[in-house]
Amino acid sequence: MIETLTQYPLLAALLALVGMAAVFGAVLGFAAIRFRTEGNPIVDQINDILPQTQCGQCGYPGCKPYAEAIANGEAINKCPPGGEAGIQALADLLDQEFVPLDEEHGEEDPRPAMAFIREDECIGCTKCIQACPVDAILGAAKQMHTVIASECTGCDLCVEPCPVDCIDMIREEESLQNWHWQLPDPVSRKVEIIATDNPDARDRAA
Amino acid sequence: MRKIFDFHGGIHPPENKHQSVRTPIADAGIPPELVIPLSQHIGAPAVPSVAVGERVLKGQVIAQPRGFVSVPKHAPSSGTVSAIEDRLIPHPSGHSAPCIVIATDGQDEWIAHSGTPDYRQLDKAALLEKIRCAGIAGMGGAGFPSAVKLSIQPHHTIQTLIINGTECEPYITADDILMRERAQQIIAGAQILAHLIEPGETLIGVEDNKPEGIAALRAAASGTDIEVVEFPTKYPSGGEKQLIEILTGKQVPSGGLPADVGVVCQNLGSTVAIHDAIVEGRPLISRVTTVTGNSVREPQNFQVLIGTPMRYLLDRAGYEPARGNRLIMGGPMMGFTVPDDRVPVVKTTNCLLAPTEEELPTPPPAQACIRCGMCAEACPVSLLPQQLFWFAQGKEHEKLEQHNLFDCIECGACSYVCPSNIPLVQYYRASKAEIQQQRRDHEKAEHSRQRFEARQERLERAEREKEEKRAARKRAAEEKARQAGGDGEEDPIQAAIERARAKKAVQQAGGGESELEKLEKAVVSARKRLETASAKLAEAQAQGSDLVDALQTGVDKTRGKLEAAEKALQDYQASDSAAAQDAAQPGDAAQAAIEKAMAARAAEASLSPQEKARKDLKKLEQRLQKSRDKLAASRESGEEEKIIEALEATVTRLQDKVEEARIAVQDAEEA
Ligand code: SF4
Ligand code: SF4
Ligand code: SF4
Ligand code: SF4
Repeated sequence: MIETLTQYPLLAALLALVGMAAVFGAVLGFAAIRFRTEGNPIVDQINDILPQTQCGQCGYPGCKPYAEAIANGEAINKCPPGGEAGIQALADLLDQEFVPLDEEHGEEDPRPAMAFIREDECIGCTKCIQACPVDAILGAAKQMHTVIASECTGCDLCVEPCPVDCIDMIREEESLQNWHWQLPDPVSRKVEIIATDNPDARDRAA
Repeated sequence: MRKIFDFHGGIHPPENKHQSVRTPIADAGIPPELVIPLSQHIGAPAVPSVAVGERVLKGQVIAQPRGFVSVPKHAPSSGTVSAIEDRLIPHPSGHSAPCIVIATDGQDEWIAHSGTPDYRQLDKAALLEKIRCAGIAGMGGAGFPSAVKLSIQPHHTIQTLIINGTECEPYITADDILMRERAQQIIAGAQILAHLIEPGETLIGVEDNKPEGIAALRAAASGTDIEVVEFPTKYPSGGEKQLIEILTGKQVPSGGLPADVGVVCQNLGSTVAIHDAIVEGRPLISRVTTVTGNSVREPQNFQVLIGTPMRYLLDRAGYEPARGNRLIMGGPMMGFTVPDDRVPVVKTTNCLLAPTEEELPTPPPAQACIRCGMCAEACPVSLLPQQLFWFAQGKEHEKLEQHNLFDCIECGACSYVCPSNIPLVQYYRASKAEIQQQRRDHEKAEHSRQRFEARQERLERAEREKEEKRAARKRAAEEKARQAGGDGEEDPIQAAIERARAKKAVQQAGGGESELEKLEKAVVSARKRLETASAKLAEAQAQGSDLVDALQTGVDKTRGKLEAAEKALQDYQASDSAAAQDAAQPGDAAQAAIEKAMAARAAEASLSPQEKARKDLKKLEQRLQKSRDKLAASRESGEEEKIIEALEATVTRLQDKVEEARIAVQDAEEA
């Protein structure tokens, strides 16, 4: 055996290559089965970026369907709640050009909203419960209903079905809890940080 | 002599400390009104435990802590609670927050209190609880509750306890004057902390620009094992991580705590407050605050009650508002401009700086970054401020995190040296806040996604179950029909088994005998009876028996019964399928709502403003009509009072809305 191989180096090389191919093929095949990812990873990645408001403004019944559509080549600029930042993130992920938000689907609202039921007017019809995509409304037939604030995504879908029109969308006001520093505005010169008694600055101002 | 280490970068801004240490600590007195914000610390705000109109004594608890990372609030002087309301607080946002307002009576009457001079008797938990109950939170920086900081995790062993007397920021001298005048209390407080933490060594770190303070501390510390360490002045050596590096040479890892390298730091002011709380039983109701800057005539340090309006305090130092350009709480490097001079002094107010325009000029407009690299040289954390600045401008959050934005201590050294006057720190603060906001948003989105998917699954499951039930019922019905129609040749035992099986299936699916089943059974049995009766009748006729007449009436009667049963079954089936359709609806309502909303939006997008307004009006009118109909219907059917009222309210409201919409249409048409 060894002799034949030494006599025919071509055969030896061939055998070695075939052998390696078989081994690597087996390893790869095993890895493909052993480490198979569930679902479609790109759809999950896209869905991870979408804001999960589930409002349907994009024209799809929820964020996941839109994520699937994007994976199949749909435009990335149809989600108003995600806004510019969301489009930017999608563009980065999918290696596409940034495109401004498609106004046809609505405008970006910088302040998130939340549904609020005027509870003494609620007649307990359960219509809003059926419309809420994230089960954020609590109530039972002929009982007062209320919105669980921490669960509401502000999608607006419960307002229209209410027969007595007792659901308001309340915009979140700026408060101590959600305030934070803004990037400096180079035009207004209104800089709140005390960049201190900078000696150069003082010379220039004097 | 101890080996002193150095940290990277740092700057030497003009100190401006001498102005305010010429006179001893003065008492600021009792202002007519004290405003105590419920949240002066990091963590959950306290909950008021007094009512408006109640008389409170000095040192009385007026708000209870909520949760572990929280501290109580005490009345700084005696008087009456005049309000519990939102007031402006010293915060860069200029927002208001809940405060307890006390109208003082000038008697300054203490509540009964007593200290524990022999604190060594107490166990650690009791000592910590006392510190917490005294309302002590970090008095230099962010106001982190001291008791939390001093609760050492079991897996940490502490070699070094550091009392931070650095006070590296320009202008501030509150700690300096404490060292000069209250060295005894500082040392006693440090001993309490040492008893609590049991470190290998206790150090007090002081910059060498406070020789008097160091001398006083050294004198007080002689005979104890507390070491006062002096090191060269450089900003920001008072940063916790920087001080640890200077004194021990250890670097706290990025994102880590000092305890990870075996060090605990405490602020000097807090140390004195802890001493007062434990030994004398006095909660944290006043502090030493530096009032300085060129627009006050007599810069000095005050012992001031927490809650004193800043204006009151400034006036004690001869404040001339006309000369000042702004009011800063804290130092010129890390402080912030307060929105109004009526805001109260809080536990973290170590300095009030009222500079003139020449003293701290408004920064000139920022120029472009010239990549000189001076900021990187000055940064005490060895970050790359110019890189961070680029990424912050481009909102490249991932890159910011990769470049350790969250290690930035916001010291302002980079802004200070920047020849282009770029407000770098503000970029970093804003970016940090944005990244944190995004993290929170993402968490919420993840949560919503799970709920959405759970709901989707629930609806599908409900649909599936309904479908299964329906199928089972159908199967059972077919089974019966077949059996009833069979010509009796079937094996009776087999038939019985089948029947039992079918019945079981229905029971499993539907739970118990349904109405439908009962009716079906009635039909089948009536049919059977009719068959037997007809057979008998035929037989009798064939034999010419005299029973024929009687049998004939029997057959007729049975036939009538069968018809009735069949009719009942049909009726029931008709109504049942309607009900099933009804029941099927709710499952799809969410889908329907989304689709409806989508369709409406799509239509709206292509409309002109006039058309839109007109459409809105039409929609509202329709809704109004619908509500009116509903109201009339429920009046007729004698609905509950409440519902009728609600419907009436809706109608009125909709009428108003319709009016508004009419006006909008007119406006749009005129435009
Ligand atoms: S518009 Fe955006 S948030 Fe709304 S469902 Fe579509 S992807 Fe989700
Ligand atoms: S409560 Fe209303 S606005 Fe909030 S998530 Fe549910 S349907 Fe949307
Ligand atoms: S503010 Fe941040 S980046 Fe600037 S010097 Fe200080 S630590 Fe460095
Ligand atoms: S100091 Fe200012 S100009 Fe120089 S590199 Fe840093 S940010 Fe740019």
